[in-house]
Amino acid sequence: MHKYIIRRVLQFIPMLFLVTVLVFGLAKAAPGDVLSGEMLDPNIPHEVLEQRREALGLNDPIHIQYWNWLSAVAQGDLGTSMQYANRPVMDLIQARVMNTVYLAIFSLVVTLAVAIPIGIYSAQRKYSLFDYGATTFAFLGLATPNFFAGLLAIWLLSFQFGWFPAQGTTSAVGLSGFELFVDKLRHLVLPGFTLGLASTAVYMRYMRTEILEIKGSDFIRTAHAKGLTKNSVLYKHTLRNALIPIITLLGFEFGFLLSGAVITEAVFNYPGIGTLFLNSISNRDYPVIMAINLILAVTILLGNLLADIFYAVVDPRIRYD
Amino acid sequence: MKGLKTYFYMEGDRVAKAVDGVDFYIDRGETLALVGESGSGKSITSLSVMRLIPEPPGKILEGSIKLDGKELLSLSDGEMRKVRGNDMGMIFQEPMTSLNPVFTIGNQIAETLIKHKKMTKKQAYKKAVELLKIVGFARAEDIVNEYPHQLSGGMRQRAMIAIAMSCDPKLLIADEPTTALDVTIQAQILDLMIDMKEKFDSSILLITHDLGVVAEVADRVMVMYGGQIVEEARADELFTDPQHPYTRGLLGSIPNIDADVERLESIKGQVPPAHRFPQGCRFAPRCEHAMDICRESNPELLETKSKHKVRCYLYEPLSGEGGQSHGTTSREAIRSTKS
Ligand SMILES: Nc1ncnc2c1ncn2[C@@H]1O[C@H](COP(=O)(O)OP(=O)(O)O)[C@@H](O)[C@H]1O
Ligand code: SF4
Ligand SMILES: [Mg+2]
Repeated sequence: MHKYIIRRVLQFIPMLFLVTVLVFGLAKAAPGDVLSGEMLDPNIPHEVLEQRREALGLNDPIHIQYWNWLSAVAQGDLGTSMQYANRPVMDLIQARVMNTVYLAIFSLVVTLAVAIPIGIYSAQRKYSLFDYGATTFAFLGLATPNFFAGLLAIWLLSFQFGWFPAQGTTSAVGLSGFELFVDKLRHLVLPGFTLGLASTAVYMRYMRTEILEIKGSDFIRTAHAKGLTKNSVLYKHTLRNALIPIITLLGFEFGFLLSGAVITEAVFNYPGIGTLFLNSISNRDYPVIMAINLILAVTILLGNLLADIFYAVVDPRIRYD
Repeated sequence: MKGLKTYFYMEGDRVAKAVDGVDFYIDRGETLALVGESGSGKSITSLSVMRLIPEPPGKILEGSIKLDGKELLSLSDGEMRKVRGNDMGMIFQEPMTSLNPVFTIGNQIAETLIKHKKMTKKQAYKKAVELLKIVGFARAEDIVNEYPHQLSGGMRQRAMIAIAMSCDPKLLIADEPTTALDVTIQAQILDLMIDMKEKFDSSILLITHDLGVVAEVADRVMVMYGGQIVEEARADELFTDPQHPYTRGLLGSIPNIDADVERLESIKGQVPPAHRFPQGCRFAPRCEHAMDICRESNPELLETKSKHKVRCYLYEPLSGEGGQSHGTTSREAIRSTKS
């Protein structure tokens, strides 16, 4: 299996290269560049802009520009932002990335904690009222766009009932220790659930379908024929098999969470990578856009890599050669 | 087993009488074969013994199943789970799918021992290695750590036998244990089962549609058709003097070794579905000897020779009633003297 993992990691490298080309290419292909906004300012003479372009290397041949960008990125230099007074992009991202990570982790934990037990219970009580309720919730959850679910949550749970804060990461300054933790957690509730809504629906359905399918399989009959208890048959024999596709999906979840965070963060005015990304797009802040695109793409790639590795770990039938 | 009825309640108020009044006994050390075409109710009979009928739609309606005098049908769910795998072991037709793909062979043998024999994990794994050796694995120490997909079909069936025999059961139920295997492997698995039976001093209920298998290993044979036993005799007796037209049909259809004949070609027609049995003898639509009475009422299973029972109007019961006596009173009398 180690060989398999090493080979899978090696395959990751050319993919990574391709992703950098794509990120760079897309940014170049988009109309305008970092100085386009200033072109509209008639006080800046055309020659000055041209000089600055020259200085920034924007007139170099494309592969040179790519190479310069790539080697800078490899050294952790993501360039400087245009909209935030030439601050290094790295600083901007570092200031926000943890917020997004917290949001994603919170959302993932909630998703699994809700979806798996409900999926199991639904399968156990197939066609019960509970099962129909869960099915309805799943379809609604899948059909509702993030931004709509988010607005609904804000209106209902924040404005109407006042249970949870609707925006930001903390409400009061000067909190510390456990109080700060609880306050931050409370701020995560609405965006976290919103972000996890669709995934919760998906995992729930997967869990239910898998369990029902596995329940009818020969090896479950064998498990009963051995006299094992109901719990042992369900939690050992059935669940261990039902979790295989879920664990595999988890790898893909990374990219999904990050891209979902863009909209969710905007709705909840949550200062993470997502809001930074949207701001940068409206300001044509290409260095930031490229950096975040790159992060997104690498996360997705890493997720896929993880999915493959998870799969090999949990399913002994996967052949490694 | 006495008077067992296992029905399935299907859509549209249809009732599939998969097992419809089956009696049998198995002596210690005996190998009883249950034969019949696909759909005759063999698997449901064996699953009923284990009380593994999916419920709903299935239900064991009535009857009695006793193991060493203990009535299984009145046991609670939890008590039954102590019997399964412990007093009775079962192996199935599909060795490829009957083992859980994500656990090692050792794990799957050990868990039965841990459950029933209260062994520690370590003891159970040690016993698992021993059992694997007994069922013929030379590399038992390695096999415990291997997964089912690493083994061939025959090896998996050996592993299934190791699981089934792990707790020294009184009865081994084998539902078409060799049907899915290569011909060359079939005989090995049958030999192994008989070996195990002797080593563990247990009995075997062997279910098969293959009379060749029966000839090889069975002491006694029951022929099943339409959810009922239609003939029962010692194996040698059944092969030398088959009586029921269905049995004779089955025997006539044993394929020649070199002729590639479709099995059962000598019996025309199909097994009736369990929700639409004919009113009289269930074999009547396919029987070339069918008489009027055959279409009106279903004959009883009666002893026509010593230790040989047949369910057919062509044969007269042993007791000197004489003639085609189908009166229920005399039949009931014969039954009660036998039971
Ligand atoms: N789950 C079920 N629902 C309805 N009918 C069933 C079910 N399982 C078995 N049967 C019926 O019971 C009869 C006997 O089946 P089975 O015992 O599997 O036959 P065999 O093992 O002899 O091939 C068949 O006619 C089948 O249609
Ligand atoms: S009872 Fe009649 S129909 Fe049934 S097997 Fe005998 S002869 Fe044939
Ligand atoms: Mg069968």
